[in-house]
Amino acid sequence: MPATKLSKAATHDQASRIFDLDVSSLRELNQALHNLTPGSNETAWEVLHPKGSHSVAVGVDQPVSIDVRGSVGYYCGGMNSGSTITVHGSAGPGVGENMMSGSIIVKGDASQYAGATGKGGLLVIEGNASSRCGISMKGIDIVVHGNIGHMSAFMAQSGNLVVLGDAGDALGDSIYEARLFVRGNVDSLGADCIAKEMRAEHLELLQGLLDRAGVTGVKPSEFKRYGSARTLYNFNIDNADAY
Amino acid sequence: MCGIVGLFLKDKSLEPKLGAMLSEMLVSLSDRGPDSAGIAIYGAPSRNEAKITIQSAKPASDFRDLDIELAKAIGAPVSIAVKSTHAVVRTAPAKIDEAREAMQTLRPDIRIMGAGDVVEIYKEVGLPEAVVDRFDVRKMTGTHGIGHTRMATESAVTTMGAHPFSTGADQCLVHNGSLSNHNNVRRELIREGMKFETENDTEVAAAYLSSQMAHGKNLGEALEGTLSDLDGFFTFVVGTKNGFGVVRDPIACKPAVMAETDQYVAFGSEYRALTKLPGIDNARVWEPEPATVYFWEH
Repeated sequence: MPATKLSKAATHDQASRIFDLDVSSLRELNQALHNLTPGSNETAWEVLHPKGSHSVAVGVDQPVSIDVRGSVGYYCGGMNSGSTITVHGSAGPGVGENMMSGSIIVKGDASQYAGATGKGGLLVIEGNASSRCGISMKGIDIVVHGNIGHMSAFMAQSGNLVVLGDAGDALGDSIYEARLFVRGNVDSLGADCIAKEMRAEHLELLQGLLDRAGVTGVKPSEFKRYGSARTLYNFNIDNADAY
Repeated sequence: MCGIVGLFLKDKSLEPKLGAMLSEMLVSLSDRGPDSAGIAIYGAPSRNEAKITIQSAKPASDFRDLDIELAKAIGAPVSIAVKSTHAVVRTAPAKIDEAREAMQTLRPDIRIMGAGDVVEIYKEVGLPEAVVDRFDVRKMTGTHGIGHTRMATESAVTTMGAHPFSTGADQCLVHNGSLSNHNNVRRELIREGMKFETENDTEVAAAYLSSQMAHGKNLGEALEGTLSDLDGFFTFVVGTKNGFGVVRDPIACKPAVMAETDQYVAFGSEYRALTKLPGIDNARVWEPEPATVYFWEH
């Protein structure tokens, strides 16, 4: 399934299907989303009064757009496959956890482990993200307009993490092959994570990510790249203290 | 998991609603812990009386005539207000320690939840909704308060194992997490003369803070000490007579979110605990940083 372009999210040629969580239950919302079949005309959804609820729009597997008007709790958009979810508020722990494709845009801040284990798609956080952003990421692209907390991209395996602000302690601890781009200060790098040269291919890749995330007025050359030193791939007794 | 909440009011006009606001916050986190729940409310100080909150499994017999017998024993007026399994005993501040001792002789089975000039503590096995209903917490007024809904991981599911834990006058603490060195710290504190009522790790954290403050540290300095002396996972929310503090361990895997407006400072394990507070949409909302002490005082 092709990734949904962000620019399409706002263009609906029909009325949204509205779920007010003051009236309907979360289970009804998620069941209605899971009932969607390919080619459904119900492509625009709106969720009102989420009030920090957990698991809003988890497991959606059709290319619809979902606008959540308020802040959500744990695991919003988890396992997302192809939908475009916009949270017009902040998101609790685990937003977009294990996302496969599609996009999630958080207009406010995100809590711990945003985008954890994500395999694909794009997660954009317009505010700050907290600790463990992109932990064990496996192919997802994450763009954070603000700062990220400690232990972000821990054991990251694949994908790209772009941070326009600062990163906390132990960035990229035990990282495998993900690429980390940070524009601001990094408090400290984790085991086996090092600063790397920004080559033409990386500048191009980063420009593409910034464009997809709707970031303007920021140049790829303002970022530093970090990644794996690859010294911990195979067990070596001399590195025992670093594992 | 466990769910914890705290609310420190800056705007006096909200004080009549403290119990209702704190109850609402706690009930919203019920599914974080079904085992027990508790709440500590800091009310208005009274110049000529201090309070002891007590609990009994047989309130009908234990609380009957306790005020009369206690007044006789300590030679000072005593009043008692019974609420379900709890009661608040009031007497002159200078007589509080004497009253505490006399009570344990008169009614050996009662348990002391907390004591001080302003604090009242209500905690029982059960969900937050049941606990706040049972003690009519929604009607309580006050300046600040903390609450807890427990998923038991350390020690028994009993009234005494419920939070908040109070180990000093007007001091109490709620905890989300688990400590790994609580037995060692407990032994050190016992050597110092502190007394413990449970095997619970959180009681150790509360007693640690009481001990630090008894040595002259302020709330902020005492909380700073938890970062080096307590090992394990924790988010602590602490109340003192006029203060409110928050600290998370350096790994900070236990959730926490705070909000501040001109009217209040609020803490919740999750954002949904804060959604009904006045002006929350325009509040400054943030996650407390790991290994960082936050505290406010009136």
